[in-house]
Amino acid sequence: MAEVLVYVDHVDGAVRKPTLELLTLARRVGEPVAVALGNGAADTAATLAEHGAVKVLTHDASEYADYLVVPKVDALQAAYESVSPAAVLVPSSAEGKEIAARLALRIGSGIITDAVDLEAGDEGPVATQSVFAASFTTKSRVIKGTPVITVKPNSAAVEAAPAAGAVEALAVTFSDKATGTKVTARTARESTGRPELTEAAIVVSGGRGVNGAENFSIIEALADSLGAAVGASRAAVDAGWYPHTNQVGQTGKSVSPQLYIANGISGAIQHRAGMQTSKTIVAVNKDAEAPIFELVDYGVVGDLFDVVPQLTEEIKSRKG
Amino acid sequence: MSLRIVVTVKYVPDATGDRHFADDLTVDRDDVDGLLSELDEYAVEQALKIAEDSDDDVEVTVLTIGPEDAKDALRKALSMGADKAVHVEDDDLHGTDAIGTSLVLAKAIEKAGFDLVVSGMASTDGTMGVVPALVAERLGVPQVTLLSEVSVEDGTVKGRRDGDAASEQLEAALPAVVSVTDQSGEARYPSFKGIMAAKKKPVESWDLSDLDIEAEEVGLDGAFTKVEAVAERPARTAGTIVKDEGEGGKQLAEFLASQKFI
Repeated sequence: MAEVLVYVDHVDGAVRKPTLELLTLARRVGEPVAVALGNGAADTAATLAEHGAVKVLTHDASEYADYLVVPKVDALQAAYESVSPAAVLVPSSAEGKEIAARLALRIGSGIITDAVDLEAGDEGPVATQSVFAASFTTKSRVIKGTPVITVKPNSAAVEAAPAAGAVEALAVTFSDKATGTKVTARTARESTGRPELTEAAIVVSGGRGVNGAENFSIIEALADSLGAAVGASRAAVDAGWYPHTNQVGQTGKSVSPQLYIANGISGAIQHRAGMQTSKTIVAVNKDAEAPIFELVDYGVVGDLFDVVPQLTEEIKSRKG
Repeated sequence: MSLRIVVTVKYVPDATGDRHFADDLTVDRDDVDGLLSELDEYAVEQALKIAEDSDDDVEVTVLTIGPEDAKDALRKALSMGADKAVHVEDDDLHGTDAIGTSLVLAKAIEKAGFDLVVSGMASTDGTMGVVPALVAERLGVPQVTLLSEVSVEDGTVKGRRDGDAASEQLEAALPAVVSVTDQSGEARYPSFKGIMAAKKKPVESWDLSDLDIEAEEVGLDGAFTKVEAVAERPARTAGTIVKDEGEGGKQLAEFLASQKFI
């Protein structure tokens, strides 16, 4: 069976969930060979093996942290050349897409980004994408070279599928372009203790109707009662009420959780683009005419300052 | 010293319009009004700011690839304050994918001459966000992308990239390719004076032969990817909507419990 390269997104050896989802999809197309780079790379092997990686290629060097993107492209290209895979799969983060694109160009292949599903096809893997603010879905193929495909979080279930996961050292020679863009400082984000927005099973968002940074505490309280991530509409972010990293929409994150709860969000196209593929959608809004109600499975027309705290209390008491 | 900035912009169908596909499964560009991609306005803005903050002799060239109408996007950028424009137009470009687009942009940027390329974070139609990285790869210059803050000083570009896990300060020597996010600063509106001045600014038109690109390298025939099927997402079935009469939160909790979320 052909091998499929899977680029591993990890933090100091802790594998992030989208990579495990990628392994589920990779197994549909071939035998997953994982590539883990940087600090803690070898520590990823056990988790990757549990989820189907037959091999884990690892390499650590200071270049991965000290310079932007290109060292990782050099390493992924080295892995590509040593494995000759049937496809290369990369998580659809901002950096993942840049790495994948540059690799595709170097190896003379096409690239598909932000796939939400992947199946084996007679002429190679077929990727499903969600386009035009998720109003259409497309099925596409790479028709030249080895398919390079990036896949969005929450596109597949994480499945246990024990495999050998044999660790092999990857030999990497950095190109003369590898050190072009220096990372002169890095400030880690403070952990909120909540799930990552794009990976969360439940997302609770606030918009213009929240009416102030201080009021986001009621959104956070609801999120915490459900173990959810917190999102914000562009209006709320532009007003400075919540950080841009939490923005859901065309210019922020696009999320596809099991449950999305929109509070005080009208549902403009800019926002819909980022949440329309959620499985179940719920909204609370004062305005019965708000377009968000066209999307919902359940909607409450009312003041979020009444409805949301009552909902939070009810969830807490039901959960005991 | 002089500083030559090339800003890449895209003319896109209005995202608030009813966007759809043409019969050949390319983006339909006829039935929906086009405009300068909102995300590229931020690129134009940052290029103009860099020019204003510089002691050097700066020239800002705005570059687009697209059909005749794409000139509207160039006009908008010129009226914001860019100095001149280049329009790459050729019938053989129809259906060009990201790999092909980066080829045409790289060739045009080289022909125009550059010290700094400034792009938006993604287009609002394709939304891939990979073209700046591809252009940097082709030009063999550093990519300093997805910046929410950018400045140029003494032949060095610096900026802040806000990622999910960390915020990074980046630095690279010119020439370089930069992309900026919608957090980089609101784009200016063209002034009346700017709009009038734009009418007299030069717009050069180049075709594929001007860039030494063969027709087979671009367009649908040259594409590395193929859209095989498109389908409109089925409308979501109408949900239950209740008016809060004092029990709205409890009713919502009941719904969530019925769906096993609680």
